[in-house]
Amino acid sequence: MGILNLVTYIPLIGAIVILFFVRKENGKAIRYTATAFAVIDFIVSLYLWFNFDPHGTGTHLFQFRETYSWIPSLGVQYDFGIDGISLLLILLTTFMGIIAVVSSYSAIDHRQKEYYILLLLLQTGMIGTFCALDFFLFYVFWEIMLVPMYFIIGIWGGPRKLYAAIKFFIYTLSGSVVMLLSILALYFFNDGGIPFLNIKGLGNPATFSVLQYHNIGHLIPPQLQFWIFIGFFLGFAIKVPMFPFHTWLPDAHVEAPTAGSIILAAVLLKMGTYGFVRFALPILPDATKQLIIPIVVLSIIGIIYGALVSLVQKDMKKLVAYSSVSHLGFVMLGMFALNPMGLKGSVLQMINHGISTGALFLLVGIIYERRHTRMISEYGGLAKQMPMYATLFLIAALSSMGLPALNGFIGEFTILLGAANRSIVWASFASVGIVLGAAYLLWLYQRVFWGPLDNPANKTLLDVNRRELGLLLALVVIMVWMGIKPAVFFDVIEEPVNYVVRKVDPAYFDKRPIEYPPAAPVVVSAVETTR
Amino acid sequence: MVSSTILLLIPLLPALGALINGVRAAANPRTHKSRTITNAVALGSTGLSALLAAWTVITYVGGGMSSAFQYAYYTWIPVGLGHVGANGIANFAVDFAFRIDTLSCTMLLIVTWIGFLIHVYATGYMAHEEGNTRFFTYLNLFMFMMLLLVLGANYMVMFVGWEGVGLCSYLLIGFYYDKNFAADAGKKAFVANRIGDFGFILGIFLIFNTFGTADYGKVFALASANPAAYAGIATTICLLLFVGACGKSAQIPLYVWLPDAMAGPTPVSALIHAATMVTAGVYMVVRSNVLFRLSPDAMLVVAIVGAVTAIFAATIGIAQNDIKKVLAYSTVSQLGFMFLAAGVGAFTAAIFHVMTHAFFKACLFLGAGSVIHGCGGEQDMRKMGGLRKYMPKTRMTMLIACIAIAGFPPLAGFFSKDEILATTFEHHGFLYFLGMVAATCTAFYMFRLYFMTFSGDYRAAHVEGHPESEPEHAGHDVIPSHVHLDDGDAHSDKAHGHHVDSHDPHESPWSMTGVLWILAILAVIGGFVGIPEMFGGAHPTIFQRWLAPVLLPLGGEHFEFAEASRLQELLLILSSIAVATLGWFIAYVLYKKDAAFSRATALRTRFAFLHRLLENKYYVDEFYNFVFVGGALAFSKALSWFDAHIIDGIVNGVRHLTVILFGHGSNLVDRYIVDGAVNGVGYSARGGSKLFRKMQSGFVQNYALVMAGGIVLVAAVYLFTKP
Repeated sequence: MGILNLVTYIPLIGAIVILFFVRKENGKAIRYTATAFAVIDFIVSLYLWFNFDPHGTGTHLFQFRETYSWIPSLGVQYDFGIDGISLLLILLTTFMGIIAVVSSYSAIDHRQKEYYILLLLLQTGMIGTFCALDFFLFYVFWEIMLVPMYFIIGIWGGPRKLYAAIKFFIYTLSGSVVMLLSILALYFFNDGGIPFLNIKGLGNPATFSVLQYHNIGHLIPPQLQFWIFIGFFLGFAIKVPMFPFHTWLPDAHVEAPTAGSIILAAVLLKMGTYGFVRFALPILPDATKQLIIPIVVLSIIGIIYGALVSLVQKDMKKLVAYSSVSHLGFVMLGMFALNPMGLKGSVLQMINHGISTGALFLLVGIIYERRHTRMISEYGGLAKQMPMYATLFLIAALSSMGLPALNGFIGEFTILLGAANRSIVWASFASVGIVLGAAYLLWLYQRVFWGPLDNPANKTLLDVNRRELGLLLALVVIMVWMGIKPAVFFDVIEEPVNYVVRKVDPAYFDKRPIEYPPAAPVVVSAVETTR
Repeated sequence: MVSSTILLLIPLLPALGALINGVRAAANPRTHKSRTITNAVALGSTGLSALLAAWTVITYVGGGMSSAFQYAYYTWIPVGLGHVGANGIANFAVDFAFRIDTLSCTMLLIVTWIGFLIHVYATGYMAHEEGNTRFFTYLNLFMFMMLLLVLGANYMVMFVGWEGVGLCSYLLIGFYYDKNFAADAGKKAFVANRIGDFGFILGIFLIFNTFGTADYGKVFALASANPAAYAGIATTICLLLFVGACGKSAQIPLYVWLPDAMAGPTPVSALIHAATMVTAGVYMVVRSNVLFRLSPDAMLVVAIVGAVTAIFAATIGIAQNDIKKVLAYSTVSQLGFMFLAAGVGAFTAAIFHVMTHAFFKACLFLGAGSVIHGCGGEQDMRKMGGLRKYMPKTRMTMLIACIAIAGFPPLAGFFSKDEILATTFEHHGFLYFLGMVAATCTAFYMFRLYFMTFSGDYRAAHVEGHPESEPEHAGHDVIPSHVHLDDGDAHSDKAHGHHVDSHDPHESPWSMTGVLWILAILAVIGGFVGIPEMFGGAHPTIFQRWLAPVLLPLGGEHFEFAEASRLQELLLILSSIAVATLGWFIAYVLYKKDAAFSRATALRTRFAFLHRLLENKYYVDEFYNFVFVGGALAFSKALSWFDAHIIDGIVNGVRHLTVILFGHGSNLVDRYIVDGAVNGVGYSARGGSKLFRKMQSGFVQNYALVMAGGIVLVAAVYLFTKP
């Protein structure tokens, strides 16, 4: 069994262990078992990090490959492999997995056994989705993810949990069914064609191999590409979620338990953006280029719209949820800049958003556990009562609003630089989102933490405990690290991103390098600045 | 040879200080008993940093200054390859790099040494404050960010510092965060700055698109070698950069945050909102002089905005009664002078004025802090008066600073302001006129401040009808809630109030007055580096020669310093002195000779409308609040409604429609889905095995299958029927 299988199935093993070997009354044992498996999974995923070759190209782009025959008659393979993009997302998943499990210790007090089983199952589904290089396998994992999340929201959620859970489930499922149509269209095109649509196939052996479609993508006639793209688009755009497919998100976030929100924001939303960058872009280059403008417009609307709607939310969690719509708009914008900067920023912003928004949801959960309300108007002056909490909240908010030297800035800047390189107009509109980001987060911060501490219910609040502090500090360390020295993250995604750019725009790199006059000041430098 | 390690330590030491004090403050926020350690860390780190800065400048100057010293520590953001122009491609990677040239040396010395002095002052001023450690954490963090800003070798490192100082400013303005006015002021400052930064970052993007890099050396080398090729885009770039400068340096239309920023403790006002941070915009424009010189249009905009801001803020300053507000508007006005200088091409004069202004305005603010400190937190000048008796050292130093800012020779402010006005005269007669009026106002409001504070008799007891409102927790370090004397409007900046109960004003401790003396001396002698030929200097002046290497030639043509005829120069100098004297004279007549201010009161009644307009700052805040803040909120509320009812309404509508289409009553579905799947699991599952069984035969999946089938059907019908 290879390392990728190990990373994928360790949580599943944990779920089985809890299922059969831990009594449901023994909450402590359940929690610690779940934590142990989450931690083991994270450690194993670190092995991937340290053994990944960031310079792998060509057939070595996807590493740790494991290919087994599964359903030969249909051309279905069990095919695992990761590039730098999946690597980062897997690390994000395993890391946030620990955060999710540990943050649930005191928040979940009933039916713990099912809860932790579902959380671990969810993790297997998510990692499998990032590893799969076979469409069939991908689709299986993609659907597997839905079920545990549905129950996590539906059972451990807030007052409107049922509505939210069903909405989440049906909405995303409808999208993925359309996506399945697109996958089938690709499958038939590669094989025998689609006779009743008068589409000739390539006559290749039937396969679901993603890499095969990367290679034949440009052969698909543009009109067919367009329709296949629309199918993928619906599946992924709902998941992202892009404006106007986003309304399931605030409901799901507000009703989900804290850990559910953390995982939802940190990882599940990235499934959509990951889908675009892994499938839609490299397989359907013509359709991608054709649809740049509509998608960029939707992304920019999402950025500004999400931020403006955040501004007037009365519920903290809903505010953070809408800010996700804004942030994911940045991710989509960067991606459809279709240049290395935009794409790299996009991938990094997926990670950054996971860390920052995950931290914000965790923080909201911490205060919710103490006061059982998320209404902003219930708070005020908390900085006096909970100084440590206030400090950590500020750092998370600053990271989310893209303050330089924290992680959020690196992503947003790179995205906007990429967008500006294509059109300064896009960048101008999107930058409005940065101004608004400061406005809604600082206003939130002011209303919750500053001002007089006049609500008597808040005068007895306890500051973060050690468990919470540990989780938050871990997140803060990553925020600072990614903000100050992000090069190591850029390195692993360099090749995958260039791979996608070449697929979409093969002529992108064929330009004349700029030469700088040696004039004026002599430059002394430790690193080579012109590469 | 400059050492790159020492250079790196200059900003890192204050960062380390901030880290140490920050952890201490977070761990134990409420005590100020360990003040000695806090002060030692804060002063030690900034002091050492200042010494290293001096050493760096000495080694750089000693090395002959033949070229800029630039050092890249590591690749910060390796963004990748981007297109430049039509056919070019370049690696847009951003290095974490520092640059030492004469411009950054100047800023480096101002920032570290003025910063250190104000730290010393603050140890005295903040001694009794509860959040002492938190205060010095922010202040040290500010030093770090400000040093990144001036030392950065490319626009991105500058931008890090730029946003970083904005953050520290936010935190320090909101230092008394439990007071709503401080919290509001902090947020306002940050958001106004972000609006400016919006322009700045777009400017940086265009620089990348045009030059393929943000590195000063490379950008300016390209622009300087081939000015014609970049002249077109330069206007856009410069205007965007200037939007950033307007935000940070409080120019029209983004100046509104700076007067409110006075809600912060007074050392903060001196350091951040007078001497260093707010001059960052001027530094940025001068740093980008090569680009600005490519675009006469952009230069003109800078000059006009500067001149208009100078006179606009100066007129407001006339009608303020809060000592810090007067100084705040004075700062906005002086910053306007600096931009006027840059706009007319007197880049060296702009930096010269940055320097002299740092001396006398820091002195004035710290003097005002000393006055406030001595008067038990009082900031209203109408309740002061006669303080010369109680605070002789503060009075003497503030008088010197007043003379300096008013522009009397041979003090520092005279030389820098005269250089600005003289160059303006060469270019634009009308802007020169505006500058002269603003200079008259400056002299007037400064001496008005001086006379109201130090002359006459102590008036605290005599102001009728406005009893000091009761402090909330007497005996504590509190900010007394304060009621505006005229209109009952909640006043925003009563920030410092120990010893509420002591009656007689008293002189401040030596840590404060000592700093005042040093700054006063600098305000006297600081101008001599820019002494013009007429007064025995040279042309170009020492300061101009010093900064000349930064003013790269354009297409081979070297930068020319303006030179006027002897007679013209003499006339200009005499008029400068004349307007300063005029301002002083009016203040003298109204506020010194007439201790009861009866003439001033008469004037105020006579021009009641004008006075109210000035006193209320032309109602710009009200206008902005109504139009922009109110507009954004109303629009957001409308969008929020749209989101909940229209977009989500469509989603729910589609759900209902699907349900009806497939022959399910929605009741049935709800019961199946809701009760069947979730609650069903909820009530019946006893352990995981049942849960899984339930999931396998779950109603959700059935329902979903129906949904999916429907969508497939719709899609199929569509595909078949399309032409």
